Amino acid sequence: MPFSIDSYLGVHAAALKLREQRTELLARNLANADTPGFKAQDLDFGAALAAQTSAAAQPGTLKATQAGHIGVQADAALSSGSTEAFLKYRTPLAPSLDGNTVDPQLEQAAFADNAVRYQATLSFLSTKFRSLMTAITGQ
Amino acid sequence: MSSFKVFDIAGSGMAAQSVRLNTVASNLANAESVSGDAKTAYKARHPVFEAMKAQAGASKNGVDPNAAVKVLGIVEDQRAPEMRYQPGNPLANSEGYVFAPNVNVVEEMVDMISASRAYQNNVEVMNTSKELLMATLRLGS
Repeated sequence: MPFSIDSYLGVHAAALKLREQRTELLARNLANADTPGFKAQDLDFGAALAAQTSAAAQPGTLKATQAGHIGVQADAALSSGSTEAFLKYRTPLAPSLDGNTVDPQLEQAAFADNAVRYQATLSFLSTKFRSLMTAITGQ
Repeated sequence: MSSFKVFDIAGSGMAAQSVRLNTVASNLANAESVSGDAKTAYKARHPVFEAMKAQAGASKNGVDPNAAVKVLGIVEDQRAPEMRYQPGNPLANSEGYVFAPNVNVVEEMVDMISASRAYQNNVEVMNTSKELLMATLRLGS
């Protein structure tokens, strides 16, 4: 069986990318904490990761090569790594008059949570790389 | 590269909040700058923020193009200036009135606290992102 670095790294490579995207989203929410009308967004991490890993797990997906072929477009967005479908708007706990739905405390908590989980994913990846190096060098 | 976008976003937030702090400083400094005419009296200034739309084609990875903060402009407060009867003031008009700015000092102080907290939030985001990015760069070593 050919060795694939992607399958070796497992879910963690995709998870790291998604965590990074979520970092960006939360940074955006915090930066726009005082922008009138700004709607806070978050990533549905579980669903996004499930979609990415299931898309990655099926290398032999069907391809539409003729005009009459149907039914593969739905997965195109997922397999291209797009997470647009998993962006969700936050429901504000206390809506403000200017239409802004950012709750700084909530966003900060989410940011801290995301940072810790990012570091966890990093250490998983780091362990994987170390074992690989051990296997390669044999020491 | 998208990892570095966090810095742009947090940076724009910091820039916007510092504009806000600047206007607060200007308003507080001029809180007692009286004038002899209602038109020339100092008016309180407030920045208006807007979520920035990224340039076309910048929306990659399916991320919403609403990104950083932009200071759309600075508006002057339209409340009427406060009239004070000070006939001894050399700036007073023919009826003995001077016009004090429409700066509400309490509002400005609250604005200052809010701006500085928001600034700190953005600094925190930037620091954490930097640490995460550095850890990513060290990955595998």
